Amino acid sequence: MTALLTLDGVEARYGPVQALRGISLEVPEGQIVAVLGANGAGKTTTLRAISGTVRRSGTITFAGKPLRGGPEAVARAGIAHVPEGRGTFTELSVVENLKLGGYVRRDRELRTDMDRISEWFPWITQRANQPAGTLSGGEQQMLAVARALMARPRLLMLDEPSLGLAPMIVREIFRIVRELNARDGLTVLVVEQDARIALDTASSAYVLEVGRVAVEGPSEQLREDESVRRSYLGY
Amino acid sequence: MADFMQQVVAGLASGSIYASLALALVLIHRATGVINFAQGEMATLSTYIAWSLTTNHGWNYWPAFAVTLLLSFLGGVGIHQGVIRPNEKGSVLRVVIVTIGLLILINGLIVMIWSGEVRAVQSPFPTRTIEIGGVAISIQDIGTVGVVLATVVALWLLFQYTKIGLAMRAAAVNPAEARLVGVRVTWMLSLGWGLAAVLGAVSGMLAAPSLFLDPNLMAALLIYAFAAAVLGGIDSPLGAVVGGLILGVGLNLLGTYVDFVGADLRLPGALLVILVVLLVKPSGLFGHREVKRV
Repeated sequence: MTALLTLDGVEARYGPVQALRGISLEVPEGQIVAVLGANGAGKTTTLRAISGTVRRSGTITFAGKPLRGGPEAVARAGIAHVPEGRGTFTELSVVENLKLGGYVRRDRELRTDMDRISEWFPWITQRANQPAGTLSGGEQQMLAVARALMARPRLLMLDEPSLGLAPMIVREIFRIVRELNARDGLTVLVVEQDARIALDTASSAYVLEVGRVAVEGPSEQLREDESVRRSYLGY
Repeated sequence: MADFMQQVVAGLASGSIYASLALALVLIHRATGVINFAQGEMATLSTYIAWSLTTNHGWNYWPAFAVTLLLSFLGGVGIHQGVIRPNEKGSVLRVVIVTIGLLILINGLIVMIWSGEVRAVQSPFPTRTIEIGGVAISIQDIGTVGVVLATVVALWLLFQYTKIGLAMRAAAVNPAEARLVGVRVTWMLSLGWGLAAVLGAVSGMLAAPSLFLDPNLMAALLIYAFAAAVLGGIDSPLGAVVGGLILGVGLNLLGTYVDFVGADLRLPGALLVILVVLLVKPSGLFGHREVKRV
């Protein structure tokens, strides 16, 4: 199995605070990989380092090539990043958000993709012209995912998709992610506070502690791991 | 009644000149978060270029108009890339001070090249009047309103219906998010500065025939434009246009029908509008309200 994305000794800092102290991880093509950990462990920063929204050092390889540059370049390389706290343009309409999702694409198949998206999220068609800010929290999160899909990414990065959402909506979002993976072979890197649902969805996971990888392995194995269970699963 | 309508139309004409410059201020405020104090001088420079092309180089009016718009656009992009962008990482105050520096610099440049002499500028429209429903309306007024409206509509179409327009809006409302979807935000902001320079050039070239061209042509107009932008809501493009027209008509009617408000009190009138709006309703007529969930 080839790795689509590889991080090797990636470090990042916010001013004097070192947030990542040498992260190494692999996301195999066609798999869902989860990044777990407590608040401040560096989960979000890991995604930011990949998308170039924080200054990083170390090696990041994507699809066999070194990944460099800011978020514009990373988006063009085929990585769609749904940031923490709903990645939508609240002042723009739903359909404008989707169009922006496909901004980096040069082909003219946006229309067909728009139709495909509305199969996954049927409510989107009825709300097409509504400002994204008027959607509910769950709908905004789904719109953020839909917008990311419009780019036809090779890798989808989700940052805490469950944040502030009702359990039923969280399950719905993860169900869609699993189905996208199963049906279209979409590779996903998901950062999640809710370890249980993340481990149920991902095939493997990394647990971060103060900017380092503390534990890693297949999801079944981590679910049985005593320290992971006590710290993150609470049983 | 006919006299009243005549004053309204004249007010609309000067109002559309304010509107165009106000729209330039709003575009830059939305994109860069500052008031561009050099907007007026940039417009004056554009107007001098147009005057120079027609008077010194014998060009016809409309080709000179078009070339001036193009040069203004490139100039606006260049100013953003060369002077504003390197300072954008700093505080807002820093960018504001840079725009004030630009104001002084461009003004000096104009005096250096063209001297401070007052110049007469030809109007592209005949000075005749036509009669519509018993009201004599100057063709120049209609032309002025028409050119501004055409510019505004073209801009609106650009922002509403093109991919690049959407990207520009995205870059203005949420730059971090825009970068994540692959929008080159800095270039979008530069385009915004370019378009603002075009709007300023339109207002300068339309104002010059009646105000005469001198290096301080736009100094007072910038105050009116600022009043219009504040009245409409400093973040609202529609507000800038409506604010400009209201201000133009309002000041014209006041000047005509209220005895003690002569031409001398127009500018203080605009300043009063700024003061009252900022005190009573800082978001202006069309200012941004929080989007609520339904």
